[in-house]
Amino acid sequence: MKSIRQILAVTLLNLRNLPKRVAASVVAVIGVAAVVMVFSAVLSMATGFERTMTAAGADDTAVILRSGSTAELNSGLSNEQALIVANAPGVLKDGDQPVISAELYVIVDLEKKATGTEANVPFRGVQESAFAVRNNIGIVEGRMFEPGKNEIIVGRAAQQEFRGLELDSVIRFGKNEWSVVGVFEAGGGVSESELWTDVRVLQGAYRRGNSFQSVRVRLESVDSIGALREALEADPRIDPDVSTEREYYSEQSEALSTFIKVIGYPLTILMSIGAIFGALNTMYSSVSVRGKEIATLRALGFGPLPVMVSTIIESTLLALIGGLIGSVAAFLIFNGFQVSTLNFANFSQVVFDFAVTPDLIRQGLVAALVIGVVGGLFPAIRAARMPVALALREL
Amino acid sequence: MKYFGLIWSNAWRKKIRTSLTILSVFVAFLLFALLSAVGYAFGVGANFADAERLIVINKITLINPLPIAYQNRIAATPGVRSVTHNTWFGGYYQDERNQFAQFPVDPEEYFSVYSELVLPDEQFEAWRKNRTGAIVGQALADQYGWEVGDRIPIQATIWTKADGGRSWEFDIEGIFSSKTAGAGATTFMLFQYDYFDEARAFGNGTIGWYVLRVDPDADPVQVADAIDQQFANSANETETSTEEAFAASFAKQYGDIGLIVRLILAAVFFTLLLVAGNTMSQSVRERISELAVLKTLGFTDMSVLWTVLAEALLILAIGAILGLGVGWLAVEGLNSQFGTQVPLYLTPMAFVTAFVIMVVAGILSGIMPALQAMRLTITDALARG
Repeated sequence: MKSIRQILAVTLLNLRNLPKRVAASVVAVIGVAAVVMVFSAVLSMATGFERTMTAAGADDTAVILRSGSTAELNSGLSNEQALIVANAPGVLKDGDQPVISAELYVIVDLEKKATGTEANVPFRGVQESAFAVRNNIGIVEGRMFEPGKNEIIVGRAAQQEFRGLELDSVIRFGKNEWSVVGVFEAGGGVSESELWTDVRVLQGAYRRGNSFQSVRVRLESVDSIGALREALEADPRIDPDVSTEREYYSEQSEALSTFIKVIGYPLTILMSIGAIFGALNTMYSSVSVRGKEIATLRALGFGPLPVMVSTIIESTLLALIGGLIGSVAAFLIFNGFQVSTLNFANFSQVVFDFAVTPDLIRQGLVAALVIGVVGGLFPAIRAARMPVALALREL
Repeated sequence: MKYFGLIWSNAWRKKIRTSLTILSVFVAFLLFALLSAVGYAFGVGANFADAERLIVINKITLINPLPIAYQNRIAATPGVRSVTHNTWFGGYYQDERNQFAQFPVDPEEYFSVYSELVLPDEQFEAWRKNRTGAIVGQALADQYGWEVGDRIPIQATIWTKADGGRSWEFDIEGIFSSKTAGAGATTFMLFQYDYFDEARAFGNGTIGWYVLRVDPDADPVQVADAIDQQFANSANETETSTEEAFAASFAKQYGDIGLIVRLILAAVFFTLLLVAGNTMSQSVRERISELAVLKTLGFTDMSVLWTVLAEALLILAIGAILGLGVGWLAVEGLNSQFGTQVPLYLTPMAFVTAFVIMVVAGILSGIMPALQAMRLTITDALARG
């Protein structure tokens, strides 16, 4: 009890003296703030990208590709194969019509508003039931394209990110002109980075005959994936890769989000080490400036423990202030910031927002806490061990 | 230089403080080295761009093919010295994670356009004569332990064979190196287009894009326009650009990685400046009376200013050299592990930039304390001490 009162007393004394050591303390605070801000900013790219990719993935929708193709862009399926999928077991039926969409996936060049350079934007040909196959997707402006016409609907994110996709505008790809007749949203998912049109029109425009690249089907239930996979893999007329939409998109996002994390975490660790050196410096000078004060306290009968603990509390407090400043700054500057990048799996752009999530903020504050405790520990030990007589004489 | 002893012992007056400051500098320059290498990886195409090379792609997008029949018409365009074609094969070795670039090409044409590649004559001949022969870059051969004479299967993700198979087998007939410095110059594989075109299930008679070399006295922009004019209003319109412009624009597809790297480094170095500047001003504050004694002994104001500034530069230089050294070792080490996927490299330019940052940071962190030291009047300072 006595030592707790002592700790409290010494700590308060310490904190009241902080303004005298303001320059060194500010250095420590800014150092930690920079670490936490860079950490949150870099990792918020990974979380934002993952969120966009997983928002699109449902467990009761299956994606069928040609085996070994890894992505829609590389895949190819014939009309006959699409029909085999339509009649396979496990596919949800609306009346007697299977809920499926055989699709074509090509890339067009559009200008990125942010950089003014060309970017590969996905252009998808879909069947009318495409909206029934997917969850959580709908037209928010304008109308649906009319089958057989050169009309496109554009994802909300694509419209914001790339030039020339305003409603009612006409855009030219190669020799064909397309009218933008509608805008759709898909819960922030990856589909919002795409342009859509009638698959038959796209087949004609890109001379793809009667072929598709993927077939999406709505499953009867989450468990039907097994039956569908078994039936299709046993069929000699088709050599498919069957996965749920969630599996497909998480595989697609794995490479990029792993890459960001592989850079982000070591970067944070290195920067934290740098910040620990900064905090150590600040706390050593704080201890040496307070040398006379500490010695006086010890002479008055305060134990070494309160002196030590108060030093650690001081550095931890400074680090947490830095951590908070860094988190708030990262949230205000980066959260919701929209960018797009090339997802190599489909060789096309994915538009996503930076997401500074509560989990990232928590991780950032933990890093700040570690910096504060480690940065205070050694100077605290020195403060506790300082020989009283020597310290009093020194000044 | 004669003051070096004085500067050195001043710097180590408080050993812990100076060591910690040097370690902060060390971490900052280590990060500089690592992030520069990552920035390099994203601009890797641009690093090998040749001013005399042009790229011809389908105007719709890079992934739309062009007919092989265009080759003769491009070759006949005035100002074109040699032309070759490229196609993205997109295969992997054994595991989907082992992706690297493979291109079906015409051996002679390819080497006439990419003159920086080096392959022993007898290996080139062996490759030319073997329809299923392939050559691999040195970095690739090192990573997978391939040697001349090995037969390797590559799994196709795009190009199924006419017989329905996806596994393409190649005989390694040669291992090439490059005259261009830098990681990523030899991380791809080349094989014969004739074999590829005959064996694939679809797309026959097309190629991905053309690469050509212009005559040294020809204007690349005019040649590019002339090529695009020829194919205007045809079924496959073309878009021709210099290799450099093409690579730079492709790198931008990932987003502005360069900007992100610069922003992170700005945060790192801003913090570093504060730490080093704080150290220096503390150090000067503590030895005001010593500085006064120096002046009493006849040191001029300027030489006092220089000793303080030199001390700041010394601390920065020790940390920077250690940081860059360890960073360079780390980059080399990482590159030998993952270089075929993410080629990491520290360019000479990165070292020059680091040197400039070091000098500027040294001056910025030392200048205020140095000025303070210079302006001290002996009597005031002695009275304060």
